[in-house]
Amino acid sequence: MNWLTNFVRPKIQQLVRPKEVPENLWKKCPACGQMIFHRELEKNLEVCTHCDHHMRLPVKKRLEALFDDGEYKRIELPKAPEDPLKFRDLKRYNDRIKDARHKTGEQDAIIVAHGSVGGVRAVIAAFDFSFMGGSMGVAVGEGIVAAAELAVLQDAPLIVIPASGGARMQEGILSLMQMARTTVAVDKVKDAGLPYIVLLTDPTTGGVTASFAMLGDIHVSEPGAVIGFAGARVIESTIRETLPEGFQRAEYLREHGMVDTVVHRHHLKDKLANILNLLINRGPAGQVVPFERKGVFGAGETTTAETKPAGKPEPTPAARPAPAAPAAKAQPTKAPDEEVAETAAPADEDARPIDAAPAEAPKKEPAETGEPSEPKKG
Amino acid sequence: MNFLDFEKPIAELEGKIADLRHLSDDDGINIADEVARLQAKVEKQLKATYAKLTPWQKTQVARHPDRPHCLDYVRQLIEDFEPLAGDRTFAEDHAIVGGVGRFRGRSVMVIGQEKGHDTETRVKHNFGMAMPDGYRKARRLMRMADRFRLPVVTLVDTAGAYPGVAAEERGQAEAIARAIETCLDIRVPLVSCIIGEGGSGGAIALASANSVLMLEHSIYSVISPEGCAGILWRSGDQAQAAAEALKLTAQDLHRLKVIDEIVPEPLGGAHRSRKAAIESVGDALERHLSKLIPTEGGVLRARRRDKFIEMGRNGLE
Repeated sequence: MNWLTNFVRPKIQQLVRPKEVPENLWKKCPACGQMIFHRELEKNLEVCTHCDHHMRLPVKKRLEALFDDGEYKRIELPKAPEDPLKFRDLKRYNDRIKDARHKTGEQDAIIVAHGSVGGVRAVIAAFDFSFMGGSMGVAVGEGIVAAAELAVLQDAPLIVIPASGGARMQEGILSLMQMARTTVAVDKVKDAGLPYIVLLTDPTTGGVTASFAMLGDIHVSEPGAVIGFAGARVIESTIRETLPEGFQRAEYLREHGMVDTVVHRHHLKDKLANILNLLINRGPAGQVVPFERKGVFGAGETTTAETKPAGKPEPTPAARPAPAAPAAKAQPTKAPDEEVAETAAPADEDARPIDAAPAEAPKKEPAETGEPSEPKKG
Repeated sequence: MNFLDFEKPIAELEGKIADLRHLSDDDGINIADEVARLQAKVEKQLKATYAKLTPWQKTQVARHPDRPHCLDYVRQLIEDFEPLAGDRTFAEDHAIVGGVGRFRGRSVMVIGQEKGHDTETRVKHNFGMAMPDGYRKARRLMRMADRFRLPVVTLVDTAGAYPGVAAEERGQAEAIARAIETCLDIRVPLVSCIIGEGGSGGAIALASANSVLMLEHSIYSVISPEGCAGILWRSGDQAQAAAEALKLTAQDLHRLKVIDEIVPEPLGGAHRSRKAAIESVGDALERHLSKLIPTEGGVLRARRRDKFIEMGRNGLE
């Protein structure tokens, strides 16, 4: 008994008991190798505080970061047939799905939400990479279709945020069919004259890239994101070609004409807000809405975010000073405008030219989208 | 004749027949009865073997080097063929061939992947694996067909789009996405037949059609069995198991309502009676085109789009 109680039990407990110093308090940046305190990393939207390397951002955090005030409404997606092929490899597909659902608390690899982005009502369909690598099966196709239909119904732009290894092999041909299916879906948005924006995040490959993800009116990407059709390993092993520096990275795709702009995660929301406001063109330019600059475009904030030392907390979108309307009302129209012109300059090089242009303006058609912008003019 | 692994008994019998014929040539001995008997045996064997091919065996048949390829179909089925080349942007990709011609009296646009039949042509056509330029050419030809109200026939036979550095640089993904988009946008009848291998995105880029047909022993899949085995089984040796699991045969896909019709192959596969196989594909294509041609363009487009937006939604029967 002695041996059991004094030796075996402690050993077992050691295995089972939570470790006194959890390993995940500090996270190592895969790019620069520096250790970052997990809270700090979270505040910084999973961007390395030392080298600006963009790590994967959990899908809900991403939605919070993009929607105004971090507020959005999710829609429930229609149920897709489960395991249509009764697929089994080393494990049953059914079990893989169950595991993924258990792990993520989600039904499948896509979330569809709506809210406003920079005062513009928008629908966002975002992939959850932690759910089976964000792979696209019938349920994900269903998500894109639902998002597109919602966008048309709401007369709102559609933003899709892929983070996916490609088609879900376990659904065989039906996953391949989702390429055609999602293509029709996003075309419906385009046919309705609404902007369809793709925000490419790491990674976007395979059948996802070769369908709706490359059909956007505008392609925005995060720095360093892997974007491609064939996997780098496939290319290397089957073709025996050496891969060029930065191959299939966002910057590489921009240089090859496939991506419009590569934007730092901290500036993404401003960028998308500006693009949406410009594309839907609800009114004459020039009558700039100051609050957009302050609260949402926040040029001052973003520049400090880039240069500031690691310790300073980054304003998370939820914690941002009241955005839109209140700020607008509080401020006179001209002063902030000028201030913006100056402070906007040092921001991200991609963001600047667009940012410099006035974004928001009073609407011609009052109701519909972007209500929050109304008050300031009225 | 190239024999596949599982055709060994048939190969032996046919070898015997050849020997006998050789004998009779030399000695004038009448062994016609014996030959006929063996011939009957071969047929019986073929029938038995080909009636229950496994998915992996079908994969091999679909890739059989003697199987008729795209240009064989064009030569036999299309009169006054006018081959067209180039994507008007960067290059002419020989992996995808296309042009206008007369199919059973009608002007049509034909587009398809060509694998080649010997070393020289295989290299020329890059084994049927297209670059972005190929898909852009396909897109250009579909648009042209749309403009001249010509029905489009696509013949799909590819292991997949080419995975290489240059392909990625020039936007393989975008080229495929646009080809799919164009398939789904044109207002003329679009009929596809998978005549060999329907490899993933490279295949659906030409096959998002009003009617999708498949030859009896062809395959159509999201990934090759070898690729799937390498990822999910972590071993390329499990290709056989992957082929089973992927449900890539014409029969499975018909059950899944992904394709509209299975075109029967002659006894022993299309490679044994190439002319007959091509003719039966021609008959099926004609039947589907005749049904589609009277339909108004906008309706054709809408039906095609509705069909794909429903894909997978309703599950199985």
